[in-house]
Amino acid sequence: MGNYIGKVVKRVEDPRFIQGKGRYIANLNLPGMSYAAIKRSPHAHANIKSINVEKARNMEGVIAVMTGKDLAESGLGTLPCGFTPPDIKLPPYPALAIDKIRYMGHGVAVVVAESRYLAQDALDLIEVNYEVLDAVVDAKKAREEGAPQVHEETPNNTSFYWPIGDKEAVEKAISEADHVVDLNLINQRLVPNAMEPRAVVAQWDDFSGEMTVWTTTQNPHVIRVLMSAFTLFIPENKLRVISPDVGGGFGSKIFHYPEEIIIPWLSKALNRSVKWVSLRSESFVTDAHGRDHVTNCKLALKSDGTFTGLYVSIHANMGGYLSLFAPMVPSALCLTLLNGIYTIPAIYGETYGVMTHTVPVDAYRGAGRPEASYMVERLINIAAQELNMDPLEIRRKNLIQPDAFPFQTQVALVYDSGNYPGLLDKAEEVSGYQAMRAAQKQARGEGKLVGIGVSTCIEACGVAPSKAVISLGAGVGLWESGSIRVHPTGMISVFTGNHSHGQGHETTFAQVVADELGVPIENIEVIHGDTGRSSMGLGTYGSRSNVGMAALSKTAEKIREKVIKIAAHQLEASVEDMVYDQEKGEIHVKGSPDKKKAFGEIAFACLTAHELPDGMEPGLEETSFYDPENFVFPNSAHICLVEIDRNTGEVEIKKYTAIDDVGKVINPMIVEGQIQGGIAQGVGQALWEHGAYDDQGQLLAGSMMDYAMPKAGKLVDYQVDRTETPSPHNPLGVKGVGEMGTIASTVSMANAVMDALSPLGIKHLDMPLTAEKIWNAIQNSGS
Amino acid sequence: MYPSKFDYYRAGSVSEALSLMQQHEDAKLLAGGHSLVPVMNLRLATPPVLIDIGRIGDLKGISSVGGSVKIGPLTTHAMIEASADVPALMSQAASGIADPQVRNRGTIGGNIAHADPASDWPTVLTALGATINIAGSNGERSVGATDFFQGLFETSLEENEIITSISVPSHGEGTGSSYAKLFHPASGYAIVGAAAVITMSGGQCTGASVAVGGLTECATKAPSVEAALTGKALNEATIAAAADAVAGDLTGDILSDFQTSAAYRKAMVKVYVKRAVSAAAGI
Ligand SMILES: Cc1cc2nc3c(=O)[nH]c(=O)nc-3n(C[C@H](O)[C@H](O)[C@H](O)COP(=O)(O)OP(=O)(O)OC[C@H]3O[C@@H](n4cnc5c(N)ncnc54)[C@H](O)[C@@H]3O)c2cc1C
Repeated sequence: MGNYIGKVVKRVEDPRFIQGKGRYIANLNLPGMSYAAIKRSPHAHANIKSINVEKARNMEGVIAVMTGKDLAESGLGTLPCGFTPPDIKLPPYPALAIDKIRYMGHGVAVVVAESRYLAQDALDLIEVNYEVLDAVVDAKKAREEGAPQVHEETPNNTSFYWPIGDKEAVEKAISEADHVVDLNLINQRLVPNAMEPRAVVAQWDDFSGEMTVWTTTQNPHVIRVLMSAFTLFIPENKLRVISPDVGGGFGSKIFHYPEEIIIPWLSKALNRSVKWVSLRSESFVTDAHGRDHVTNCKLALKSDGTFTGLYVSIHANMGGYLSLFAPMVPSALCLTLLNGIYTIPAIYGETYGVMTHTVPVDAYRGAGRPEASYMVERLINIAAQELNMDPLEIRRKNLIQPDAFPFQTQVALVYDSGNYPGLLDKAEEVSGYQAMRAAQKQARGEGKLVGIGVSTCIEACGVAPSKAVISLGAGVGLWESGSIRVHPTGMISVFTGNHSHGQGHETTFAQVVADELGVPIENIEVIHGDTGRSSMGLGTYGSRSNVGMAALSKTAEKIREKVIKIAAHQLEASVEDMVYDQEKGEIHVKGSPDKKKAFGEIAFACLTAHELPDGMEPGLEETSFYDPENFVFPNSAHICLVEIDRNTGEVEIKKYTAIDDVGKVINPMIVEGQIQGGIAQGVGQALWEHGAYDDQGQLLAGSMMDYAMPKAGKLVDYQVDRTETPSPHNPLGVKGVGEMGTIASTVSMANAVMDALSPLGIKHLDMPLTAEKIWNAIQNSGS
Repeated sequence: MYPSKFDYYRAGSVSEALSLMQQHEDAKLLAGGHSLVPVMNLRLATPPVLIDIGRIGDLKGISSVGGSVKIGPLTTHAMIEASADVPALMSQAASGIADPQVRNRGTIGGNIAHADPASDWPTVLTALGATINIAGSNGERSVGATDFFQGLFETSLEENEIITSISVPSHGEGTGSSYAKLFHPASGYAIVGAAAVITMSGGQCTGASVAVGGLTECATKAPSVEAALTGKALNEATIAAAADAVAGDLTGDILSDFQTSAAYRKAMVKVYVKRAVSAAAGI
């Protein structure tokens, strides 16, 4: 079927990006614009004794200076949390701190001035008198007796507890096991660092009572619901949220942020357009961070390597407040993936959600899934070492077999489809695994530290079925909408509730609609990121675009049905006898290809409207709301090769092979791009990135000078290949690709480094595996 | 990034720059702006006046004068990287500074005047025995690199002085050189940098000039290493032994940050001295 699906189609968005013609919020300049800057706390834990804004207010060019108290008194809401497991303790999160600081970077006052420079000058004139208090930054320490308390509402700094699985069965498996791997590990905190910093522009229209907010969000419709119902209380039909070109999100732009309350509030209060663009140094201390788990995990096995039980206990650092989806990440999005692609007869996982004096933590590329894979795949690798088995063989022994689908896991999910042995076979073959092992043996003989990393991963993508996510604790259903408007000339506008912030939806969604309707891709425009144009959507994260694409495929089906009815009427044939040729965009009578109508002719007929079947409405426009029956489950196997410099501890990546099953592929080039970027990001966590704090809650890695992002020169040309088992329930067979590269690569890289160090008797090091950490381990190993 | 307010002047000549400096207290010279502007953007520096020397043509370029090379302070890292007239050590080191954008704007004069302990030129110029030529209201003077670098962001430049050129002696036959750098994983600056200029004759080292930087408050010569090399037949063992002697040449505090401790830097400087010397000696 079709001319576009499965083919490399160049991204329609690239010409504007490459030429610097993208429309980002920083480029948006409205008449009468004013500029906001936010005074932020340099302390992590402090009482605000007093704030003196007089000097700033009196400065020439300053329009207004407001504090957290002013904002609270204006009756606006606090930032909501959209995932609330039973018994969660949910302290209110004010957009600006009122009398207490709970993380370094929280705003205390906001200045609006005639220029951004003046606003910055005025910030320097605001005097805040802090009483600095002891802070706690570590999730484990925060639950200890006597630790500084973050909120009165969360005794022992514990906000929630989320268990899943059969604890007794796992305890039994462990006590009866031939072998148990018991591992304490840290999945370190990361700072997302999207290329474009967050930004908000708000424009209040005093005549119509309408508020338009431009914000760098991955889900404008959700933000509008939240603004309307929980924070700004502006009627939803008077509120328009626009998310134009957005330069990357990686999860950090999902959440409702303080500035999305502060800036519209100021615009209305001052009756002026107000603009705020985050500085990079602000991004570091205000964009939700990722990961930060302290974990104990155990894998029970028989002596032949058969898995018998898995136990996991996580202390998840939530930061100073609960961000929008924060509690979901280490619980429902993490523990439900502990099953991996294996048969594990007994699984138990539990998560403590812990408050600390750090920037709130929330979903970051993979959101819980990389943490799950990291535990499972590290445990398996150590087990292989201890049982003297090849890491591929031990995995093979425990794989879920292709005839076992749908597969009910021990942790709630039902996997839709997969061929895991085929996946592993392909990874072994493409990477040249056996030859690498032979070469490794020789290199080890020469005293070299060479390591091969193996990992697999599975993800639950297209965060949806509404019933499933709500039963796990989510506050909203997660379906998607898609509308197709066929204009009289046959040109098509496609409206989606998903949002593209780098993924290339304007291309892939157009490919889908072009093939569904048999029209040239040039005739299609994909519109997203504007609540004033698309009817509704739940946004893009967790590879949710497959849900939006599926919605469009349903919508196209409705369009085809109507087109067929009209063609049948005009050709005086019965509807059952009509054939819709999706390659040509023609509808003909079965057996008589010459008795046909072109798609464009029918589109025009919907305007003239005099040749339609009796009772049919004119116009050609349809909408679908699609709530999938299940998640989709992409999976992957990555294998990589590293060499460690004994003298310095530096890791050199020699080779990287990624085999991913992302279901049916719409655009192989875009899929490969997602995998490649994902690998870089995962390797970044494994080797370099660390959002480190000191014990008083000062972010040590608060700039690009200190926070080590992955750099092209440190990476290699990846071998990227695929297997394909289409999802049986997604109308397009697609599964999702947004997070796969990151999930698999983090642990394959970690496993490679640990494999290289294994001859020295080093069992485990926590990420990031920096040169110094490795060098120290080598020194201490006494070799 | 919003620096505080400042006035901007553009100087057409060195003498104009000098007189502008005298007229405006606390004025700062602006060359490539790649060290100064970042600290202004963070408001860590708030100079009331900037004097842009960027278009003074006399201060830019590379020329050979007798047995040495004269480099204008406005010469960019990229120009040095591409030059066949500078000692090979300099083009090699230049290629490891940041990225092409920074190398196209950043200048050698600005780099050494800023005297960031993690930057590369101080170490390289110290090993090369360069001379810094300076003009001030009291006339001109010249300072050797070893005396020029005095500490963290500290040089022997007096108030209202300007670097007018850098003179670097050319190597003779039989002299090799190399710069070995341990890159900071985030900033790309040197955690440790080691520069070596080695003269060999008949398998013997007849001259050695070695400097290290990155880990100390400013670049320093490594006389113990030089002494351990000079007069020796160089091989892996003799070089390793000489490199280990660098420990005795480190003065002042050893720098550290949350990712790289002083202990690690102290261990690494030996490795990098060894690498620089080995490469310079062709071993
Ligand atoms: C992202 C990034 C990465 C970098 N990485 C490295 C690196 O790896 N290694 C490295 O060595 N450097 C690095 N740098 C610094 C870079 O080399 C700078 O260009 C250099 O340090 C300063 O040169 P400039 O011409 O930009 O000077 P400016 O920023 O214009 O000036 C710096 C200082 O020197 C003074 N000054 C300038 N010219 C003169 C003069 N002729 N006489 C007296 N005073 C003068 C100025 O007043 C100012 O105080 C990096 C910079 C950036 C932005």
